[in-house]
Amino acid sequence: MRNRGYYAEFGGAFVPEILAATFDELEAAFAAAKNDPAFWAEYVEIMSTYSCRATPLTFAENLTRHFGGAKIYIKREDLNHTGAHKANNVMGQGLLVKRMGKKRVIAETGAGQHGVATATMAARYGLECTIYMGEVDVLRQRPNVFWMERLGATVVPVKDGSRTLKDAINEAFRDWVSNMDNTHYVLGTACGPHPFPEMVTYFQSIIGQEARRQILEREGKLPKRVYACVGGGSNAMGLFSGFMDDPVELVGVEAGGHGLDSGLHAARLASNDASIGVAQGYKTYFLQNGDGQMQETHSIAAGLDYVGVSPILSHLHTRGRARFEAATDREVVDALSLTMRKEGLIPALESSHAFAQAFKEAPTLSPDDCIIINQSGRGDKDIFTVADAFEDPAWRQFIRDKAEQYHA
Amino acid sequence: MLETTIRAQAKSKDILLMTHIVIGYPSLEDSYRLVKTMVEAGVELMELQIPFSEPIADGPVILRANQEALATGITVEQCLDFAERVAREFDIPFLFMTYYNILFKYGVAKFAAAMAERGLKGAIVPDLPPEEAGEYLRAMAANGLDPIFILAPNSPDYRLKLIAENAGGFVYCVARKGVTGAHTEFSREIDAYLARCRKATELPLALGFGVSSREDVEFLKGKADIAVVGSQAVRVFDRDGVAAVGTFIKGLR
Repeated sequence: MRNRGYYAEFGGAFVPEILAATFDELEAAFAAAKNDPAFWAEYVEIMSTYSCRATPLTFAENLTRHFGGAKIYIKREDLNHTGAHKANNVMGQGLLVKRMGKKRVIAETGAGQHGVATATMAARYGLECTIYMGEVDVLRQRPNVFWMERLGATVVPVKDGSRTLKDAINEAFRDWVSNMDNTHYVLGTACGPHPFPEMVTYFQSIIGQEARRQILEREGKLPKRVYACVGGGSNAMGLFSGFMDDPVELVGVEAGGHGLDSGLHAARLASNDASIGVAQGYKTYFLQNGDGQMQETHSIAAGLDYVGVSPILSHLHTRGRARFEAATDREVVDALSLTMRKEGLIPALESSHAFAQAFKEAPTLSPDDCIIINQSGRGDKDIFTVADAFEDPAWRQFIRDKAEQYHA
Repeated sequence: MLETTIRAQAKSKDILLMTHIVIGYPSLEDSYRLVKTMVEAGVELMELQIPFSEPIADGPVILRANQEALATGITVEQCLDFAERVAREFDIPFLFMTYYNILFKYGVAKFAAAMAERGLKGAIVPDLPPEEAGEYLRAMAANGLDPIFILAPNSPDYRLKLIAENAGGFVYCVARKGVTGAHTEFSREIDAYLARCRKATELPLALGFGVSSREDVEFLKGKADIAVVGSQAVRVFDRDGVAAVGTFIKGLR
């Protein structure tokens, strides 16, 4: 691998020798695709016929009035097929898989959105599919497990380590080092060894390209700020890509969990708890102890519950190009609730982090300003978690009755 | 240096044995007993693995040993102390095996200095390819330590060359795709692969991943200089305890 994929000191490719040739092959396939204008055209065509691109930019009139500050626009990635921005990356990598002639795909998943998206792509392209998912996430995102299996994928619950996203990534790598000849690893976020951060960003940049065009059409000017939640960082990189060279403030929102002082969060860039390290094949900020052992993370949103973060975002952070904040579980549920009541939109718990931070800042901005929030996914998948957070009595009764039926 | 020690040993033996333990699994006392037993059973080299929370190149057996060692609260400093003790008490070369983050967080130069000070001879870092290893290579050289690199059956020629240029001590050839501990078919393909490695480097060759029986070791005589036994010794230990590990190792040659 000649290009190591560094963003200042972040990134790189720390891969075992057995995968070196596979990464060479992937890098070459990606470079060839990028240099072929027909490839991007084919990608856009698929995303507009199989998914729902261009996704709309919705003016949130009621929320705007409620906060009395900047005009709030929402980029509707939830309207993609399978309900999240994950489809963008997955269909793009699917096209590469076809070019490379591989017959099997594997993926990690946290919230299950990336797993479901990968399973649909595999079904569509006739590929065998195995999804690795932490056991903790299997329990909290059961509906997505159901769909992956119905779509024909094998879902493997990962019982090692913290049994969340990072452990699913490790397990996917272990599969890949055994099966790389016929298998591509569809990494779901802008993390991992080069070329994944660059490649995932490339496919997700369609979000930012559209959003920039749409806001200019609608408002005739650029937004003051754009907001995206940050787990691994792919939806944030997607949105930010569209405004990188503009005088637009980029705001990434991490999982504040029970609060930054609680130790129970997943804020790598917004807290002082993370330090630079090398794991899972790349160098970035990790939530780790002084010995370099990865720490437990916590978030109400499975998709943000991750120890590392995109090396490109770490770079934007250290050079001051992007600002990173954290929203707590409580703030996130409140923001979700308000968004549902005011706009009839149901953002995923992950995306609701971006809403929570935007709501804190919107009132301080002028009504002449506008902002964009990335609704990276829809919240239907979170029905069990959200119902618990709201302590919804009718839902509890429904679950009890349903369980009774299965006993019968 | 390691290469000289290996060459000297190889004069009187058909093949050398290198074994592996995870420091602190299941306890530091057990680790010590394992080292003692292995040395007394005649192994010529040992890898001491510093546990890491994300051991991506390891299969289920060693992965679990890493996790259980970490669950006891073991620290990198304790691992260094442990290595110092065994290197002082037993007259064979000891190597560290661990993932790059352990070195990186400790400070690569400081880590290499600590290794030398405590009597270690080299290190195996499976997630550190030579392209990313500039600082590590300088620190290892400055402290007279050997950086052991890994070759794989699918390594292209340019990588064989790159690794041969940077490696010291010996080269660790993994027998197959996959992670540690799975079954390996010892066949003509391995002959051809080892011959290819032999052409690429003058250094002694170790072969590991799936070496688990006397037949496997017998097969490697005359082809590799060192047979590496990892997961199988952990399995024997888990099943039958420390003494059985001694019997197992003596039975390998």
